[in-house]
Amino acid sequence: MELLSLSPPGWGGNLLRGLVNSLQIALGAFGLGLVIGLFGAYGKLYGGVVIRDLLGIYTTVIRAVPELVLILILYYVGTDLINQASEAMGYGRVEISGVVAGIWVLGVVQGAYSTEVLRGAIQAVPKGQIEAARAYGMPAFLVMRRVTIPAMMSFAVPGLANLWLIATKDTALLAIVGFSELTLETKQAAASTRAYFTFFLAAGALYLIVTLLSGVVFARIEKWARRGQPSLRAGQSR
Amino acid sequence: MTLRALFQPHRIVMMVLFAIFVIWCAMSLRWDWIPQYAPLALEGLWRTIWILIVTCILGFLLAIPLGLAQAIGPWYLAAPARVFCTVIRGTPLLLQIWLLYYGLGSLFPQIPWIRGSDLWPYLRQAWPYAVLALTLSYAGYEGEVMRGAFSCVNKGQLEAANSFGMPRFTVFRRIWLPQAIRNVLPTLGGETILQLKATPLVATITVVEIYAVSSRVRSDMLIVYEPLLLLALFYLIIAGIITLLFRKFEKAVPTR
Repeated sequence: MELLSLSPPGWGGNLLRGLVNSLQIALGAFGLGLVIGLFGAYGKLYGGVVIRDLLGIYTTVIRAVPELVLILILYYVGTDLINQASEAMGYGRVEISGVVAGIWVLGVVQGAYSTEVLRGAIQAVPKGQIEAARAYGMPAFLVMRRVTIPAMMSFAVPGLANLWLIATKDTALLAIVGFSELTLETKQAAASTRAYFTFFLAAGALYLIVTLLSGVVFARIEKWARRGQPSLRAGQSR
Repeated sequence: MTLRALFQPHRIVMMVLFAIFVIWCAMSLRWDWIPQYAPLALEGLWRTIWILIVTCILGFLLAIPLGLAQAIGPWYLAAPARVFCTVIRGTPLLLQIWLLYYGLGSLFPQIPWIRGSDLWPYLRQAWPYAVLALTLSYAGYEGEVMRGAFSCVNKGQLEAANSFGMPRFTVFRRIWLPQAIRNVLPTLGGETILQLKATPLVATITVVEIYAVSSRVRSDMLIVYEPLLLLALFYLIIAGIITLLFRKFEKAVPTR
Protein backbone atom coordinates (compact mmCIF):
# COMPACT_ATOMS: atom_id res chain seq x y z
CA MET A 1 0.00 0.00 0.00
CA GLU A 2 2.90 2.39 0.65
CA LEU A 3 3.70 2.03 -3.03
CA LEU A 4 0.63 4.13 -3.76
CA SER A 5 1.49 6.98 -1.39
CA LEU A 6 1.71 10.42 -2.93
CA SER A 7 5.25 11.35 -1.85
CA PRO A 8 8.27 10.17 -3.91
CA PRO A 9 8.90 6.64 -2.57
CA GLY A 10 5.31 5.91 -3.59
CA TRP A 11 4.01 6.29 -7.12
CA GLY A 12 0.59 7.75 -6.30
CA GLY A 13 1.67 11.23 -7.40
CA ASN A 14 2.68 9.94 -10.83
CA LEU A 15 -0.63 8.14 -11.22
CA LEU A 16 -2.59 11.26 -10.33
CA ARG A 17 -0.49 13.35 -12.73
CA GLY A 18 -1.29 10.80 -15.42
CA LEU A 19 -4.98 11.00 -14.56
CA VAL A 20 -4.93 14.80 -14.88
CA ASN A 21 -3.22 14.48 -18.28
CA SER A 22 -5.80 11.91 -19.38
CA LEU A 23 -8.72 14.07 -18.31
CA GLN A 24 -7.24 17.14 -19.96
CA ILE A 25 -6.94 15.32 -23.28
CA ALA A 26 -10.36 13.70 -22.94
CA LEU A 27 -11.98 17.09 -22.29
CA GLY A 28 -10.15 18.76 -25.16
CA ALA A 29 -10.88 15.93 -27.58
CA PHE A 30 -14.53 15.79 -26.55
CA GLY A 31 -14.83 19.56 -27.09
CA LEU A 32 -13.10 19.47 -30.46
CA GLY A 33 -15.24 16.48 -31.40
CA LEU A 34 -18.40 18.42 -30.50
CA VAL A 35 -17.37 21.35 -32.70
CA ILE A 36 -16.55 19.05 -35.64
CA GLY A 37 -19.71 17.09 -34.96
CA LEU A 38 -21.95 20.16 -35.00
CA PHE A 39 -20.54 21.35 -38.32
CA GLY A 40 -20.57 17.80 -39.65
CA ALA A 41 -24.18 17.23 -38.65
CA TYR A 42 -25.30 20.49 -40.24
CA GLY A 43 -23.24 19.69 -43.33
CA LYS A 44 -24.78 16.24 -43.61
CA LEU A 45 -28.31 17.55 -43.18
CA TYR A 46 -28.27 20.83 -45.08
CA GLY A 47 -25.03 20.76 -47.12
CA GLY A 48 -24.67 20.27 -50.85
CA VAL A 49 -24.11 16.90 -52.49
CA VAL A 50 -20.32 17.13 -52.43
CA ILE A 51 -20.13 18.08 -48.74
CA ARG A 52 -22.57 15.31 -47.87
CA ASP A 53 -20.52 12.69 -49.74
CA LEU A 54 -17.26 13.89 -48.22
CA LEU A 55 -18.72 13.78 -44.70
CA GLY A 56 -20.11 10.33 -45.43
CA ILE A 57 -16.63 9.11 -46.35
CA TYR A 58 -15.17 10.78 -43.23
CA THR A 59 -17.61 9.16 -40.79
CA THR A 60 -17.47 5.74 -42.47
CA VAL A 61 -13.70 5.52 -42.66
CA ILE A 62 -13.10 6.83 -39.13
CA ARG A 63 -15.62 4.40 -37.68
CA ALA A 64 -14.28 1.37 -39.53
CA VAL A 65 -10.54 1.77 -38.89
CA PRO A 66 -9.14 1.00 -35.41
CA GLU A 67 -8.49 4.06 -33.26
CA LEU A 68 -4.92 2.94 -32.73
CA VAL A 69 -4.15 3.02 -36.46
CA LEU A 70 -5.92 6.36 -36.87
CA ILE A 71 -3.99 7.83 -33.96
CA LEU A 72 -0.70 6.85 -35.59
CA ILE A 73 -1.72 8.15 -39.05
CA LEU A 74 -3.16 11.43 -37.74
CA TYR A 75 -0.20 11.94 -35.41
CA TYR A 76 2.35 11.63 -38.23
CA VAL A 77 0.24 13.59 -40.73
CA GLY A 78 -0.34 16.38 -38.19
CA THR A 79 3.30 16.73 -37.17
CA ASP A 80 4.45 16.53 -40.81
CA LEU A 81 2.04 19.23 -41.92
CA ILE A 82 2.94 21.57 -39.08
CA ASN A 83 6.65 21.07 -39.61
CA GLN A 84 6.35 21.69 -43.35
CA ALA A 85 4.31 24.81 -42.72
CA SER A 86 6.76 26.19 -40.18
CA GLU A 87 9.75 25.38 -42.39
CA ALA A 88 8.08 27.10 -45.33
CA MET A 89 7.61 30.18 -43.18
CA GLY A 90 11.21 30.01 -42.14
CA TYR A 91 10.94 28.88 -38.54
CA GLY A 92 12.64 25.44 -38.26
CA ARG A 93 11.07 22.31 -36.91
CA VAL A 94 8.77 22.67 -33.96
CA GLU A 95 8.27 20.29 -31.08
CA ILE A 96 4.57 19.51 -30.70
CA SER A 97 3.37 19.01 -27.16
CA GLY A 98 1.81 15.66 -26.36
CA VAL A 99 -1.38 17.23 -25.07
CA VAL A 100 -2.05 19.14 -28.28
CA ALA A 101 -1.27 16.12 -30.45
CA GLY A 102 -3.51 13.92 -28.31
CA ILE A 103 -6.40 16.39 -28.47
CA TRP A 104 -6.01 16.70 -32.25
CA VAL A 105 -6.00 12.97 -33.00
CA LEU A 106 -8.72 11.96 -30.55
CA GLY A 107 -10.78 15.04 -31.48
CA VAL A 108 -10.84 14.07 -35.15
CA VAL A 109 -11.91 10.53 -34.19
CA GLN A 110 -14.57 11.80 -31.79
CA GLY A 111 -15.82 14.22 -34.44
CA ALA A 112 -16.95 11.35 -36.66
CA TYR A 113 -18.98 9.75 -33.89
CA SER A 114 -20.52 13.00 -32.65
CA THR A 115 -21.47 13.93 -36.22
CA GLU A 116 -23.71 10.88 -36.26
CA VAL A 117 -25.07 11.47 -32.75
CA LEU A 118 -25.89 15.13 -33.40
CA ARG A 119 -27.35 14.39 -36.84
CA GLY A 120 -29.76 11.93 -35.29
CA ALA A 121 -30.64 14.40 -32.54
CA ILE A 122 -31.29 17.26 -34.97
CA GLN A 123 -33.47 14.99 -37.09
CA ALA A 124 -35.50 14.11 -34.01
CA VAL A 125 -36.48 17.75 -33.45
CA PRO A 126 -40.04 18.24 -34.77
CA LYS A 127 -39.80 19.95 -38.15
CA GLY A 128 -42.57 22.40 -37.28
CA GLN A 129 -40.48 24.09 -34.58
CA ILE A 130 -37.66 24.90 -36.97
CA GLU A 131 -40.11 25.99 -39.66
CA ALA A 132 -41.90 28.25 -37.16
CA ALA A 133 -38.60 29.89 -36.21
CA ARG A 134 -37.81 30.43 -39.89
CA ALA A 135 -41.27 31.87 -40.47
CA TYR A 136 -40.52 34.49 -37.82
CA GLY A 137 -37.62 35.54 -40.01
CA MET A 138 -34.84 34.34 -37.68
CA PRO A 139 -31.42 34.10 -39.36
CA ALA A 140 -30.05 30.55 -39.63
CA PHE A 141 -27.57 30.97 -36.80
CA LEU A 142 -30.21 32.31 -34.44
CA VAL A 143 -32.49 29.36 -35.28
CA MET A 144 -29.64 27.03 -34.39
CA ARG A 145 -28.86 28.81 -31.12
CA ARG A 146 -32.39 29.41 -29.89
CA VAL A 147 -34.39 26.51 -31.27
CA THR A 148 -32.48 23.56 -32.75
CA ILE A 149 -29.78 23.16 -30.12
CA PRO A 150 -32.00 23.50 -27.02
CA ALA A 151 -34.64 21.23 -28.55
CA MET A 152 -32.17 18.53 -29.61
CA MET A 153 -30.26 18.49 -26.31
CA SER A 154 -32.46 15.88 -24.68
CA PHE A 155 -31.99 13.55 -27.67
CA ALA A 156 -28.26 14.13 -27.90
CA VAL A 157 -27.22 13.85 -24.24
CA PRO A 158 -27.32 10.03 -23.89
CA GLY A 159 -25.24 9.58 -27.05
CA LEU A 160 -22.83 12.32 -26.00
CA ALA A 161 -22.45 10.73 -22.55
CA ASN A 162 -21.37 7.52 -24.31
CA LEU A 163 -18.91 9.49 -26.43
CA TRP A 164 -17.41 11.13 -23.35
CA LEU A 165 -16.83 7.69 -21.80
CA ILE A 166 -15.24 6.51 -25.04
CA ALA A 167 -13.03 9.62 -25.02
CA THR A 168 -11.78 8.94 -21.49
CA LYS A 169 -11.01 5.34 -22.34
CA ASP A 170 -9.41 6.18 -25.69
CA THR A 171 -6.83 8.35 -23.96
CA ALA A 172 -5.30 5.05 -22.83
CA LEU A 173 -4.35 4.40 -26.46
CA LEU A 174 -2.02 7.39 -26.38
CA ALA A 175 0.17 5.28 -24.08
CA ILE A 176 1.23 3.38 -27.20
CA VAL A 177 2.58 6.51 -28.89
CA GLY A 178 4.47 7.27 -25.69
CA PHE A 179 2.37 10.00 -24.13
CA SER A 180 2.53 9.80 -20.33
CA GLU A 181 -1.13 9.56 -19.40
CA LEU A 182 -2.58 7.35 -16.71
CA THR A 183 -2.10 3.96 -18.37
CA LEU A 184 1.54 4.56 -19.33
CA GLU A 185 2.39 6.02 -15.92
CA THR A 186 0.83 2.94 -14.38
CA LYS A 187 2.84 0.59 -16.55
CA GLN A 188 6.07 2.39 -15.72
CA ALA A 189 5.29 2.35 -12.00
CA ALA A 190 4.36 -1.33 -12.18
CA ALA A 191 7.43 -2.28 -14.19
CA SER A 192 9.86 -0.56 -11.84
CA THR A 193 8.34 -1.95 -8.63
CA ARG A 194 7.20 -5.36 -10.01
CA ALA A 195 3.86 -4.80 -8.22
CA TYR A 196 1.74 -5.22 -11.33
CA PHE A 197 -1.56 -6.07 -9.67
CA THR A 198 -1.43 -3.17 -7.21
CA PHE A 199 -0.88 -0.52 -9.83
CA PHE A 200 -3.14 -1.84 -12.58
CA LEU A 201 -5.98 -2.32 -10.11
CA ALA A 202 -5.41 1.18 -8.71
CA ALA A 203 -5.51 2.67 -12.21
CA GLY A 204 -8.61 0.64 -12.99
CA ALA A 205 -10.24 2.05 -9.86
CA LEU A 206 -9.34 5.60 -10.96
CA TYR A 207 -10.87 5.06 -14.41
CA LEU A 208 -13.94 3.51 -12.82
CA ILE A 209 -14.37 6.49 -10.49
CA VAL A 210 -14.20 8.83 -13.48
CA THR A 211 -16.80 6.71 -15.31
CA LEU A 212 -19.20 6.55 -12.39
CA LEU A 213 -18.87 10.27 -11.59
CA SER A 214 -19.48 11.12 -15.25
CA GLY A 215 -22.59 8.95 -15.13
CA VAL A 216 -23.92 11.06 -12.24
CA VAL A 217 -23.04 14.34 -13.96
CA PHE A 218 -24.60 13.30 -17.27
CA ALA A 219 -27.75 12.08 -15.53
CA ARG A 220 -28.08 15.56 -14.07
CA ILE A 221 -27.44 17.21 -17.46
CA GLU A 222 -30.04 14.98 -19.06
CA LYS A 223 -32.55 15.92 -16.39
CA TRP A 224 -31.80 19.57 -17.08
CA ALA A 225 -32.10 19.07 -20.84
CA ARG A 226 -35.44 17.35 -20.39
CA ARG A 227 -36.90 20.04 -18.13
CA GLY A 228 -40.44 20.85 -19.11
CA GLN A 229 -40.88 17.64 -21.08
CA PRO A 230 -43.62 15.27 -19.93
CA SER A 231 -42.26 12.24 -18.10
CA LEU A 232 -42.85 8.94 -19.88
CA ARG A 233 -42.59 6.80 -16.81
CA ALA A 234 -45.46 8.37 -14.91
CA GLY A 235 -47.75 7.65 -17.84
CA GLN A 236 -49.11 11.19 -17.78
CA SER A 237 -47.70 12.29 -21.10
CA ARG A 238 -49.28 15.39 -22.58
CA MET B 1 -27.22 2.33 -54.09
CA THR B 2 -28.14 2.08 -57.73
CA LEU B 3 -25.67 2.47 -60.55
CA ARG B 4 -27.34 5.71 -61.60
CA ALA B 5 -26.84 7.27 -58.17
CA LEU B 6 -23.20 6.26 -58.27
CA PHE B 7 -22.54 8.10 -61.52
CA GLN B 8 -23.69 11.59 -60.67
CA PRO B 9 -21.20 14.18 -62.00
CA HIS B 10 -19.72 15.14 -58.64
CA ARG B 11 -19.22 11.50 -57.66
CA ILE B 12 -17.40 10.83 -60.92
CA VAL B 13 -15.10 13.78 -60.20
CA MET B 14 -14.47 12.45 -56.68
CA MET B 15 -13.73 8.98 -58.00
CA VAL B 16 -11.26 10.42 -60.51
CA LEU B 17 -9.57 12.41 -57.72
CA PHE B 18 -9.41 9.28 -55.58
CA ALA B 19 -7.93 7.30 -58.49
CA ILE B 20 -5.30 10.01 -58.95
CA PHE B 21 -4.51 9.79 -55.23
CA VAL B 22 -4.15 6.00 -55.44
CA ILE B 23 -1.90 6.26 -58.50
CA TRP B 24 0.18 8.93 -56.76
CA CYS B 25 0.51 6.61 -53.73
CA ALA B 26 1.55 3.73 -55.97
CA MET B 27 4.11 5.79 -57.87
CA SER B 28 5.77 7.96 -55.26
CA LEU B 29 5.65 5.88 -52.08
CA ARG B 30 7.79 2.84 -51.43
CA TRP B 31 6.12 -0.51 -51.93
CA ASP B 32 9.16 -2.70 -52.67
CA TRP B 33 8.97 -4.27 -49.20
CA ILE B 34 5.66 -6.00 -49.92
CA PRO B 35 6.98 -9.27 -51.44
CA GLN B 36 9.41 -9.69 -48.56
CA TYR B 37 6.77 -9.23 -45.86
CA ALA B 38 3.76 -10.76 -47.62
CA PRO B 39 3.96 -14.18 -45.90
CA LEU B 40 4.28 -12.55 -42.49
CA ALA B 41 1.42 -10.17 -43.26
CA LEU B 42 -0.83 -13.04 -44.34
CA GLU B 43 -0.01 -14.88 -41.13
CA GLY B 44 -0.80 -11.73 -39.14
CA LEU B 45 -4.06 -11.21 -41.00
CA TRP B 46 -5.07 -14.78 -40.31
CA ARG B 47 -4.24 -14.34 -36.63
CA THR B 48 -6.33 -11.16 -36.42
CA ILE B 49 -9.34 -12.88 -37.96
CA TRP B 50 -8.85 -15.97 -35.82
CA ILE B 51 -8.69 -13.93 -32.60
CA LEU B 52 -11.72 -11.93 -33.69
CA ILE B 53 -13.86 -15.01 -34.39
CA VAL B 54 -12.82 -16.96 -31.29
CA THR B 55 -13.26 -14.07 -28.86
CA CYS B 56 -16.60 -13.06 -30.35
CA ILE B 57 -18.02 -16.58 -30.07
CA LEU B 58 -16.65 -17.23 -26.57
CA GLY B 59 -17.62 -13.76 -25.42
CA PHE B 60 -21.13 -14.16 -26.72
CA LEU B 61 -21.54 -17.53 -24.99
CA LEU B 62 -20.46 -15.82 -21.76
CA ALA B 63 -22.78 -12.88 -22.42
CA ILE B 64 -25.91 -15.05 -22.49
CA PRO B 65 -25.71 -16.05 -18.81
CA LEU B 66 -24.59 -12.52 -17.90
CA GLY B 67 -27.62 -11.04 -19.64
CA LEU B 68 -29.98 -13.64 -18.19
CA ALA B 69 -28.66 -13.08 -14.68
CA GLN B 70 -29.24 -9.34 -14.98
CA ALA B 71 -32.65 -9.68 -16.62
CA ILE B 72 -34.35 -12.29 -14.45
CA GLY B 73 -31.72 -13.63 -12.05
CA PRO B 74 -32.02 -13.42 -8.26
CA TRP B 75 -30.05 -10.57 -6.68
CA TYR B 76 -27.05 -12.76 -5.76
CA LEU B 77 -26.54 -13.50 -9.47
CA ALA B 78 -27.70 -10.15 -10.86
CA ALA B 79 -25.43 -8.02 -8.67
CA PRO B 80 -22.11 -9.69 -9.61
CA ALA B 81 -23.12 -9.71 -13.28
CA ARG B 82 -23.89 -5.99 -13.15
CA VAL B 83 -20.62 -5.24 -11.35
CA PHE B 84 -18.70 -7.26 -13.95
CA CYS B 85 -20.31 -5.38 -16.84
CA THR B 86 -19.74 -2.00 -15.19
CA VAL B 87 -16.08 -2.70 -14.45
CA ILE B 88 -15.38 -4.01 -17.96
CA ARG B 89 -17.19 -1.10 -19.60
CA GLY B 90 -15.72 1.48 -17.24
CA THR B 91 -12.02 0.78 -17.71
CA PRO B 92 -9.89 0.94 -20.87
CA LEU B 93 -9.35 -2.36 -22.66
CA LEU B 94 -5.62 -1.67 -22.88
CA LEU B 95 -5.47 -1.54 -19.08
CA GLN B 96 -7.36 -4.85 -18.84
CA ILE B 97 -5.02 -6.52 -21.30
CA TRP B 98 -1.95 -5.29 -19.46
CA LEU B 99 -3.44 -6.25 -16.08
CA LEU B 100 -4.03 -9.82 -17.25
CA TYR B 101 -0.75 -10.21 -19.15
CA TYR B 102 1.67 -8.54 -16.77
CA GLY B 103 -0.32 -9.22 -13.59
CA LEU B 104 -1.21 -12.87 -14.07
CA GLY B 105 1.99 -13.38 -16.03
CA SER B 106 4.05 -12.32 -13.03
CA LEU B 107 1.86 -14.22 -10.56
CA PHE B 108 1.73 -17.64 -12.24
CA PRO B 109 5.47 -18.46 -12.14
CA GLN B 110 5.37 -18.11 -8.33
CA ILE B 111 2.79 -20.86 -7.93
CA PRO B 112 4.46 -24.28 -8.15
CA TRP B 113 1.48 -26.41 -9.22
CA ILE B 114 0.77 -24.12 -12.17
CA ARG B 115 4.38 -24.35 -13.27
CA GLY B 116 4.17 -28.11 -13.06
CA SER B 117 0.87 -28.46 -14.92
CA ASP B 118 0.44 -29.44 -18.55
CA LEU B 119 -0.97 -25.98 -19.34
CA TRP B 120 2.26 -24.22 -18.45
CA PRO B 121 3.75 -24.20 -22.00
CA TYR B 122 0.64 -22.32 -23.15
CA LEU B 123 0.53 -19.95 -20.19
CA ARG B 124 4.05 -18.81 -21.00
CA GLN B 125 2.87 -17.50 -24.38
CA ALA B 126 1.03 -14.23 -24.88
CA TRP B 127 -2.01 -15.30 -26.89
CA PRO B 128 -4.00 -16.98 -24.08
CA TYR B 129 -3.99 -13.68 -22.20
CA ALA B 130 -4.98 -11.78 -25.34
CA VAL B 131 -7.88 -14.16 -26.01
CA LEU B 132 -8.97 -14.04 -22.36
CA ALA B 133 -8.91 -10.23 -22.18
CA LEU B 134 -10.77 -9.74 -25.46
CA THR B 135 -13.33 -12.43 -24.55
CA LEU B 136 -14.07 -10.83 -21.18
CA SER B 137 -14.36 -7.41 -22.79
CA TYR B 138 -16.79 -8.63 -25.46
CA ALA B 139 -18.79 -10.48 -22.80
CA GLY B 140 -19.00 -7.34 -20.67
CA TYR B 141 -20.39 -5.19 -23.47
CA GLU B 142 -22.65 -7.93 -24.84
CA GLY B 143 -23.95 -8.85 -21.38
CA GLU B 144 -25.47 -5.41 -21.19
CA VAL B 145 -26.93 -5.74 -24.70
CA MET B 146 -28.38 -9.19 -23.97
CA ARG B 147 -29.96 -7.94 -20.74
CA GLY B 148 -32.01 -5.51 -22.77
CA ALA B 149 -32.70 -8.13 -25.43
CA PHE B 150 -33.98 -10.73 -22.96
CA SER B 151 -36.28 -8.32 -21.19
CA CYS B 152 -37.67 -6.99 -24.50
CA VAL B 153 -38.99 -10.34 -25.75
CA ASN B 154 -42.78 -10.34 -25.87
CA LYS B 155 -44.19 -11.84 -22.68
CA GLY B 156 -47.13 -13.38 -24.56
CA GLN B 157 -44.79 -15.59 -26.58
CA LEU B 158 -43.23 -17.02 -23.42
CA GLU B 159 -46.65 -17.56 -21.87
CA ALA B 160 -47.85 -19.31 -25.02
CA ALA B 161 -44.82 -21.59 -24.93
CA ASN B 162 -45.42 -22.30 -21.25
CA SER B 163 -49.05 -23.14 -21.85
CA PHE B 164 -47.99 -25.69 -24.46
CA GLY B 165 -46.26 -27.42 -21.58
CA MET B 166 -42.74 -26.85 -22.88
CA PRO B 167 -40.04 -27.44 -20.28
CA ARG B 168 -38.27 -24.25 -19.22
CA PHE B 169 -35.07 -25.01 -21.07
CA THR B 170 -36.92 -25.73 -24.30
CA VAL B 171 -38.76 -22.42 -23.98
CA PHE B 172 -35.42 -20.73 -23.58
CA ARG B 173 -33.79 -22.56 -26.49
CA ARG B 174 -36.68 -22.38 -28.96
CA ILE B 175 -38.44 -19.10 -28.17
CA TRP B 176 -36.60 -16.79 -25.85
CA LEU B 177 -33.00 -16.93 -27.07
CA PRO B 178 -33.77 -16.84 -30.83
CA GLN B 179 -36.08 -13.86 -30.42
CA ALA B 180 -33.61 -12.01 -28.22
CA ILE B 181 -30.77 -12.56 -30.69
CA ARG B 182 -32.97 -11.54 -33.61
CA ASN B 183 -33.77 -8.22 -31.92
CA VAL B 184 -30.16 -7.30 -31.28
CA LEU B 185 -28.57 -8.52 -34.54
CA PRO B 186 -27.86 -4.96 -35.78
CA THR B 187 -26.29 -4.06 -32.42
CA LEU B 188 -24.22 -7.24 -32.48
CA GLY B 189 -22.88 -6.28 -35.92
CA GLY B 190 -21.74 -2.93 -34.59
CA GLU B 191 -20.19 -4.52 -31.52
CA THR B 192 -18.32 -7.04 -33.67
CA ILE B 193 -16.77 -4.18 -35.64
CA LEU B 194 -15.81 -2.56 -32.32
CA GLN B 195 -14.19 -5.85 -31.38
CA LEU B 196 -12.28 -5.87 -34.67
CA LYS B 197 -11.01 -2.40 -33.83
CA ALA B 198 -9.89 -3.67 -30.42
CA THR B 199 -7.72 -6.47 -31.81
CA PRO B 200 -4.63 -4.34 -32.58
CA LEU B 201 -4.28 -3.69 -28.84
CA VAL B 202 -3.03 -7.24 -28.33
CA ALA B 203 0.04 -6.31 -30.38
CA THR B 204 1.25 -4.50 -27.24
CA ILE B 205 1.65 -7.84 -25.48
CA THR B 206 3.70 -9.34 -28.31
CA VAL B 207 0.96 -11.18 -30.17
CA VAL B 208 2.00 -10.93 -33.83
CA GLU B 209 -1.19 -9.97 -35.67
CA ILE B 210 -1.54 -7.68 -38.66
CA TYR B 211 -0.96 -4.48 -36.72
CA ALA B 212 2.24 -5.85 -35.20
CA VAL B 213 3.43 -6.80 -38.69
CA SER B 214 2.90 -3.24 -39.88
CA SER B 215 4.81 -1.85 -36.90
CA ARG B 216 7.65 -4.18 -37.74
CA VAL B 217 7.71 -3.02 -41.36
CA ARG B 218 7.74 0.58 -40.18
CA SER B 219 10.72 0.09 -37.92
CA ASP B 220 12.61 -2.21 -40.34
CA MET B 221 12.19 -0.09 -43.46
CA LEU B 222 12.15 3.34 -41.77
CA ILE B 223 8.94 4.32 -43.57
CA VAL B 224 5.84 5.76 -41.95
CA TYR B 225 2.76 6.04 -44.13
CA GLU B 226 2.84 3.06 -46.49
CA PRO B 227 2.21 0.23 -44.00
CA LEU B 228 -0.30 2.31 -42.07
CA LEU B 229 -2.34 3.12 -45.19
CA LEU B 230 -2.31 -0.53 -46.24
CA LEU B 231 -3.29 -1.53 -42.71
CA ALA B 232 -6.21 0.90 -42.67
CA LEU B 233 -7.33 -0.56 -46.02
CA PHE B 234 -7.22 -4.09 -44.57
CA TYR B 235 -9.36 -3.07 -41.61
CA LEU B 236 -11.83 -1.28 -43.88
CA ILE B 237 -12.20 -4.45 -45.95
CA ILE B 238 -12.71 -6.67 -42.90
CA ALA B 239 -15.25 -4.22 -41.44
CA GLY B 240 -17.05 -4.24 -44.78
CA ILE B 241 -17.16 -8.04 -44.80
CA ILE B 242 -18.56 -8.08 -41.24
CA THR B 243 -21.25 -5.58 -42.24
CA LEU B 244 -22.22 -7.70 -45.25
CA LEU B 245 -22.30 -10.90 -43.17
CA PHE B 246 -24.59 -9.39 -40.57
CA ARG B 247 -26.82 -7.93 -43.26
CA LYS B 248 -27.11 -11.45 -44.64
CA PHE B 249 -27.99 -12.81 -41.17
CA GLU B 250 -30.61 -10.11 -40.75
CA LYS B 251 -32.12 -10.95 -44.12
CA ALA B 252 -32.17 -14.66 -43.30
CA VAL B 253 -34.37 -13.91 -40.30
CA PRO B 254 -38.02 -13.57 -41.32
CA THR B 255 -39.57 -10.32 -40.14
CA ARG B 256 -43.16 -9.28 -39.98
